Amino acid sequence: MLEQLTETINSTGLLSLTPGNLIMWAVAFGLMYLAIKKGVEPLLLVPISFGIFAANFPLTGLMEPGGLYYMFFHNGIQNELIPPLIFLGLGAMTDFGPVIANPKTLLLGAAAQLGVYAAFFTALLFGFNIAEAATIGIIGGADGPTTIFLSANLAPHLMGAVSVAAYSYMALVPLIIPPVAKLLTTPRERAMVMKQMRPVSKGEKILFPLLASLVIILLVPKSAPLIAMFMLGNLFMESGVVQRLTDVSRNELMNIVTIFLGLGVGATMSAETFLKPQTIYIFILGIVAFAFAAAGGIMIAKIMNLFTTNKVNPLIGAAGVSAVPMAARVVHQLGAEANPQNYLLMHAMGPNVAGVIGTAVAAGAFITAIH
Amino acid sequence: MATPVNSPMVGKLISVDVKVGDQVKENDPVATIEAMKMYVKIYAPASGVVKEIKANPGDVVNPDTVILTLE
Repeated sequence: MLEQLTETINSTGLLSLTPGNLIMWAVAFGLMYLAIKKGVEPLLLVPISFGIFAANFPLTGLMEPGGLYYMFFHNGIQNELIPPLIFLGLGAMTDFGPVIANPKTLLLGAAAQLGVYAAFFTALLFGFNIAEAATIGIIGGADGPTTIFLSANLAPHLMGAVSVAAYSYMALVPLIIPPVAKLLTTPRERAMVMKQMRPVSKGEKILFPLLASLVIILLVPKSAPLIAMFMLGNLFMESGVVQRLTDVSRNELMNIVTIFLGLGVGATMSAETFLKPQTIYIFILGIVAFAFAAAGGIMIAKIMNLFTTNKVNPLIGAAGVSAVPMAARVVHQLGAEANPQNYLLMHAMGPNVAGVIGTAVAAGAFITAIH
Repeated sequence: MATPVNSPMVGKLISVDVKVGDQVKENDPVATIEAMKMYVKIYAPASGVVKEIKANPGDVVNPDTVILTLE
């Protein structure tokens, strides 16, 4: 009788709860609060935080091989399926017009990857191994799916921490970019009005995803999963003949895989993998990466201005951290603050979308170099 | 001399924030457009009186579109 009672109690999760589980629940509730009350990246943080919450119940088997969350994680993320599907949707939302009208901005998107490498080398100094350092560095690209993609490839045990760091800092772009940008530019530079962009033809917009795929995938073959899907989505949109495929890529499909992505990532955050001093370092390095990415773009914009006649407002370099279109909006506001007649939004979209490509390429380069 | 106020970029006109006959100063907000899911205020390029409003809320405006003129 007594034996049966103990057995029943033991089969509930109650006695198997660890202090670590309780701390992870607190983390989950913290993120849920930020997402629901403060509107911080709710589409991702709600499923991620619930994933953390559910994965930290004892005895559920959710994250054991064959478990429900394990299947989301293993099939969707570890096998690198979902991030490219998200890129398909992103491609179907991205207007490359500003890049085509002003191809120089591609360079600014590349320059922002300096932040990735700055954080990479700093992470090495902190004692992370090369694969881990690359995964942490990519946070500086401010691109969630790319961060998760690289982490699945190189350092799956850091996935929870790096993706939460990436998404939280992306939400903080309006707080991180302005001080960096103001430090590196004078009010006069910020007030600079840029020349009106030339209109871009439909033919150019259709050719762009094809040419960009050719160049990027030939140079960095390992970036293919992300770039190929991104450019396909873009071709859907620009071709104008597959409205249904465009819509499903950027709406329904994207929403569906976002649920699996969020739960899968959240479920990797068990107490054993997350509650380590490493996690704190990752958050510190993540913000270093962001700040350097913004600074890198601004500095390269200033250097570029020394050599060219059609000058750019250096602020748009800061939009090279992907975080589309948030970074471009922040840049627009900074420009308008310095001079109400200054409308930088469209100009900033150039480096902004170039930053997405730049980060995917940087991830591909890391995989090539490290694998 | 009438000063045209053009849209600085492609977007949707949300509202014209002045009426014909209003006195505006340079850098006063005169209209709002939406681009990249962001509301962007358009500021008067010069001081003057609103002479004519040429675009309606909901219109897609581009840099060739005159939203209103000032005199």
